[in-house]
Amino acid sequence: MFGLTKKDTGLLIVVAILTLLAPFILNPFPEGSAMAQFNAGYPDLMQRFVIFGIFAIGFNILFGLTGYLSFGHAAFLGVGSYAAIWMMKLLTMNVLPAIIISVLVAGLFSLAVGWISLRRSGIYFSILTLAFAQMSYALAYSVLTPITGGETGLQPKVDDPRILDAALAEGATPKANIFGLQMGQSFDLQLGGWLFTFNAGYYLAAVVMLLAFYLSIRIFRSPFGMMLRAVKSNQQRLNYTGLNPKPYTLAAFVISGMYAGLAGGLLVAMDTQVGPERMFWTASGEVVLMTILGGAATLIGPVLGAGLIKYMENILSKINKDVLHQWFAFLPDGLEDFIVAIVYPFVGKGWHLTLGLIFMAVVIFLPGGLVEAGQRIARLFRRKTQDKTTPAKTEPAE
Amino acid sequence: MEAIILQILNGLDKGSAYALIALGLTLIFGTLGVVNFAHGALFMIGAFCAVTLSRILTLSHTVIDDTKTDFLGQPLKVEVPYVYDMFGQATGEAIIDWAVPLSLLFAIPVMVGLGVLMERGLIKHFYKRPHADQILVTFGLAIVLQEIIKYFYGANPIPTPAPDAFRGSFDFGAALGFDPNLIIYPYWRIIYFAFATVVIGGVFAFLQFTTFGMVVRAGMADRETVQLLGINIDRRFTLMFGLAAAVAGLAGVMYTPINSPNYHMGMDFLVLSFVVVVVGGMGSLPGAVLAGFLLGILESFASMGVVLNILPGINQIIIYLVAIVILLTRPRGLMGRKGVMED
Repeated sequence: MFGLTKKDTGLLIVVAILTLLAPFILNPFPEGSAMAQFNAGYPDLMQRFVIFGIFAIGFNILFGLTGYLSFGHAAFLGVGSYAAIWMMKLLTMNVLPAIIISVLVAGLFSLAVGWISLRRSGIYFSILTLAFAQMSYALAYSVLTPITGGETGLQPKVDDPRILDAALAEGATPKANIFGLQMGQSFDLQLGGWLFTFNAGYYLAAVVMLLAFYLSIRIFRSPFGMMLRAVKSNQQRLNYTGLNPKPYTLAAFVISGMYAGLAGGLLVAMDTQVGPERMFWTASGEVVLMTILGGAATLIGPVLGAGLIKYMENILSKINKDVLHQWFAFLPDGLEDFIVAIVYPFVGKGWHLTLGLIFMAVVIFLPGGLVEAGQRIARLFRRKTQDKTTPAKTEPAE
Repeated sequence: MEAIILQILNGLDKGSAYALIALGLTLIFGTLGVVNFAHGALFMIGAFCAVTLSRILTLSHTVIDDTKTDFLGQPLKVEVPYVYDMFGQATGEAIIDWAVPLSLLFAIPVMVGLGVLMERGLIKHFYKRPHADQILVTFGLAIVLQEIIKYFYGANPIPTPAPDAFRGSFDFGAALGFDPNLIIYPYWRIIYFAFATVVIGGVFAFLQFTTFGMVVRAGMADRETVQLLGINIDRRFTLMFGLAAAVAGLAGVMYTPINSPNYHMGMDFLVLSFVVVVVGGMGSLPGAVLAGFLLGILESFASMGVVLNILPGINQIIIYLVAIVILLTRPRGLMGRKGVMED
C-alpha cells in the first residue's frame, strides 16, 4: 500500500492508529486518581509529542542516514517559527500559509547553511553548524530586534494588518485557525471516571506528522536513501566510484532543515508566540538527544525519543517531595524518608539528571537506542520459543 | 590609543580563560584522540572547588558573647568559624580572605583524580568508537555533572570574592603616561592573566623539558611506534587527561571572582572553547593558546562603540564568523598539524 512494503505499511498503520487514538492511550488513569498526574493526554503535551516528533524525524534523515552530526538544527526551527508568525501578522491567522511559508523559508536558510557547512565533515561540520546556529540566535536576540522582537519575541496583535482577514471585533484576540476551525478548540468526552480531550490543533499536527513520517519511510527506502547510507558507511569508496556525494548530502540537509521549519511553523500554529531561545544551542542538543535515545537511522526511533523526552520534561518534572511522600506512605517512617531522599534528586527539578544518565547508558550500551532495546527483548523471547519448538535446527552446509 | 590598550587588556582575561580550556581540550584530543564535550563541566567543577573550600573554611559554631547584647537585651550570639579556633582570629580571617587562591591547592588533587577516574572509567571504552559517539557520551556526562552540581549548590550564581588585597583596580593610564582614570583595570584580572601565562608556560615546559613530556610528545606523533618500544603510553596518556582536567579546573577556580560560578557556566564556555580549538587547529597546543587569546581580544575589540556603530551586533557573532572563515579557507586551522583531522 502507498508504494511501501508489507512491513513498512504495517508500521505506518500502527503509528497512525497510535497517534490518532493518542487521547485515549495517553490517558490510562481515571481523572482525580493518584496516578492521574501520569496522564499525558492533554492537548498541549500531545502537540509537543508530535511536533518534536517531526523535528526529530527530519534530524534523523540527516544524522541517521548520512552520519553528519549537526549541532545547529534549532536554528531552522526558529527561522521557520519567525516566518510563520510574520505570515500570521501580515496575511491571515489561517495556519496553512504560515506552515507552508515556514517550510520554504527554513528550506532556503538550510540551503545556504548547508552549502557552506557541508564543505567539511566530522567534527568541523558539527562546529560549523553550531556556529551558524549561535550566530542566528545572537542576531535574533540583538540586532534583528525589529524583525524578531528581540528578547520579548513576537505574537499576533489586534492591530496587525492581516490583509486577508476581516478586521477583528473590538477587544477580540487573534486566534490561529484553519478555515475557521480554531486550533484551541477541543471536544471533551466524559466516560465514567475518564476525561478524554480531542483537540483540533493536535489532530492537525498529528496528520502532518503522519505525512512527514510516510515521507521519511519513502526516503529511507528510496535509491536516494541508499546513496545517503553509502555516504555514511564509506564516503571515500563513493568518491572512487565516480559519484559526488555533495548533492546528496546537501539534499538531505535541506530536507531535514525543511522538517525543522515545518515543526517550527506548527509550534507557532499551536501557540502563537516565538522567542529567540528556541534557537539556542541547547535546543539543538535536545533534538540530538531525542534521535539518539530513540535510535538513530531507525524509522520509529526519533518519534519515540521525542515522546520520551517531552514526557519526562512535562510529567517527571512535576513530581515533588510531597508526591513522593504520598507514594511511599505505606512504608515505615524512617524507610519512607530514606527512599524519598534517594529518589528525589532524580525527579522534579532534577529530571535532567535522569535524562543525562539514560542518555549515557543508551550511548554506552545501546548504540541503536530504544528501538535496539526493543529488538533485543523481542529476540530474547523469539529465541526462547524457538528453543522449545525446534530445538535442533541445523544450518545446511554451503 | 587608550581605547585600543583598554580593549586589548579586556580581551586578555577572557582570552586567558579560552586559552586554558582550549589547551586542555587539545591535550586530550592530541593524546587520546577523544573529543571531550565534558571539558566545560570540568571548568565548572573547578570553580565549585573554590566555592566548596570557602564554605568549608567558613563552617562555624555559635558562641555566646557576654560582652555585647542584641536588641532584646540578651547576650549576643556570634558565629565563630572553626578556623578562628584553630589558628586564632587574625590568621583565621586571612585564611578565609584568601580562600580562592587556597582553592588552587585543593582543586589540583580533586581535578587530577576526577580526570583519571573519567578516563579510566568511561573514555577508555570509547577510543575505538566514532568521534560522534565520543561527543555524545561526553555531552551526556556533561549534563550529568552539571545536574549533580545544581542539586548540591542550587541554580543561582554564588559570589566568591577575591582576597581584599586584589579587590581594587589598577590605573594603567597613569602608569603608561596617559591621563589618569582613562585605563582602569581590576587587579584580579591582571592576576588571572599572569596565572594563565604561568600555567600555559608550565604545561609547555613540562612537555618540552622533561622525559615524561618527551615520551608523551612522541606518543602524540606516533603512538604505535612508542608502544613497540616497550613504553606503556596508555598510562602516560591517562595522566595527561588528569593534567588537562587540572588545567581546566584551575582556570575555573581563578575565574570565580570575575564571574560568580553557576552550574551552566561550563557549557557557556565549552561552545566557544571548541570554536577556539578548531580555529587554532585540532591537536596543536600553540594553536589553541594563540587562537584563545586572539579570539578573546577580537571579541573585545568588536564590542567597542566605534565598531558597533558601523556593524551593529558584530560583538555577538565575531567569534563564530571568524571560525567559519578560517574553517573554510584553512582546513587545518591556524596551526594544525598536517594529516590530523583534515577532512
